[in-house]
Amino acid sequence: MDIEGLKNKILSFSDEVEFSEEESEFLNVKVNPEHLYSLASFLKENKDTAFDYMFCQTGVDWEEYLEVVYHLSSNTHKHNIVLRTQMTDRENPTVDTVSNIWKTAEFHEREIFDLLGIKFNNHPDMRRIFLDDDWEGYPLRKDYVDEVNIVDL
Amino acid sequence: MNTDTIHKPETQEYFINMGPQHPSTHGVLRLILSLDGEIIKNVEPHLGYIHRSIEKMCERDTYKMIVHLTDRMDYLSCHMNNEAVCLTVEKALELEVTERIKVIRTLVSELNRLSSHQLWWGVMGMDLGAITSFLYGFRDREMITDIFEETCGARLTMNYNVPGGLMFDIHPNFQKRVKEFITHFKKKLPEYDDLLSNNVIFKSRTEGVGILSKEDAISFGVTGPSGRASGFSCDIRKHNPYSAYDRVNFKEILYTKGDCFARYKARIDEMWESMKIIEQLIDNIPEGSSRETTRAVIKLPKGEFYQKVETARGEFGVYIISDGKKSPYRLKFRSPGFSTLSALNTMAKGCKIADLVAIMSTIDLVIPDIDR
Repeated sequence: MDIEGLKNKILSFSDEVEFSEEESEFLNVKVNPEHLYSLASFLKENKDTAFDYMFCQTGVDWEEYLEVVYHLSSNTHKHNIVLRTQMTDRENPTVDTVSNIWKTAEFHEREIFDLLGIKFNNHPDMRRIFLDDDWEGYPLRKDYVDEVNIVDL
Repeated sequence: MNTDTIHKPETQEYFINMGPQHPSTHGVLRLILSLDGEIIKNVEPHLGYIHRSIEKMCERDTYKMIVHLTDRMDYLSCHMNNEAVCLTVEKALELEVTERIKVIRTLVSELNRLSSHQLWWGVMGMDLGAITSFLYGFRDREMITDIFEETCGARLTMNYNVPGGLMFDIHPNFQKRVKEFITHFKKKLPEYDDLLSNNVIFKSRTEGVGILSKEDAISFGVTGPSGRASGFSCDIRKHNPYSAYDRVNFKEILYTKGDCFARYKARIDEMWESMKIIEQLIDNIPEGSSRETTRAVIKLPKGEFYQKVETARGEFGVYIISDGKKSPYRLKFRSPGFSTLSALNTMAKGCKIADLVAIMSTIDLVIPDIDR
């Protein structure tokens, strides 16, 4: 499906979305954390979109807000889309897990939690994955103070 | 005898650690197995023993420096990892490299893939108790590392790619030695089949073991030969060709069974395809410059750039978010091993501990690639 088709398909499901194609090769869809799960499962289950493969999931700290980015692809239709969801609460950012839609998210979400401190509701095993359990802070946040000077030489 | 009188002992689940120093985990990976007798109930990987915060380090470094960090991730596919970063940077700069660069990159990539699969084949045999295969694998791999040493200057972490081309042109001996290697390896690869592929003991330890369905492979994002053994058509070289893959003929190896033997066969067949690609290109290296000039410090335009390449282990993605400065605002490496490992529990449930060793070797993990 081409970009226009995807846009119309998504708009027919929900109008709580924002599109952008600037500065990226994919169609970017911005959605609230509350609506993310329903949109994600719609995109997976619908036969015309069939986004069954999540090839990348990551988080970004934009200082004013934290963002989770989902790169999706369809194995049958060979089209791509990027979902983005933003959280302004830096103390307790939460979004629903998609690990029951794409199983690969189980590890990727643990990584995002570990490095950026974004919590995923209903995740089966929400723990740190790389760092020790008693590690303080989230290293990929821009305001992280690297006391032992591992990275900033 | 009445069966009721037989004393049935009470059993309980128990846990053992496999690794982080276990030889068959191929690096510092710790698995916590919960067992019922010898049957695996659950596998929980513990990661992070060699987490080096590479993504954080990239936020500090310039794009030319980042290339050198990437071959410390999947060191067996170091050339492809380097290439992924270079392609992303070139995509962002809208820099079209010469045909010569594209062809040489493809040639070295395929040699790199062959050397990775040879090492995998050697240690796979050793994991299952066949020490001969280890010696065979390393004997043939030596020829490739020698070629790399001559042309790229290093045997393992080559750093042959730079944004805009190659570090230097190929060595005058390159074509001759690659052809010698292909002639040699074409005779040796059937020996690999004689030794393991047709071996009854080997087959009974791998056939029907550790099955991963196609749906699970897609859902877990298991790519590369492991994914294709389950029928997931995911070869980036076919679907999103980069460098010189658009002009060569090769087959995407697909199997449907998804067991250890299918994953094994997928890699063996891929070695034949890699040789086919090399043969098509080795006599057709176009003339031209081996490096495009770039600025000393590269600044990417504002925006987001994503590029995926096919490494020996699967889909490797580089996701750069640039704010126009000399280092990326955020950089994410989508490593194939990380996603593949997440499917381990699904594959290993219900198997015996010895089967787990076979599963681990057929998914071909490189731990630095997972931990980053």
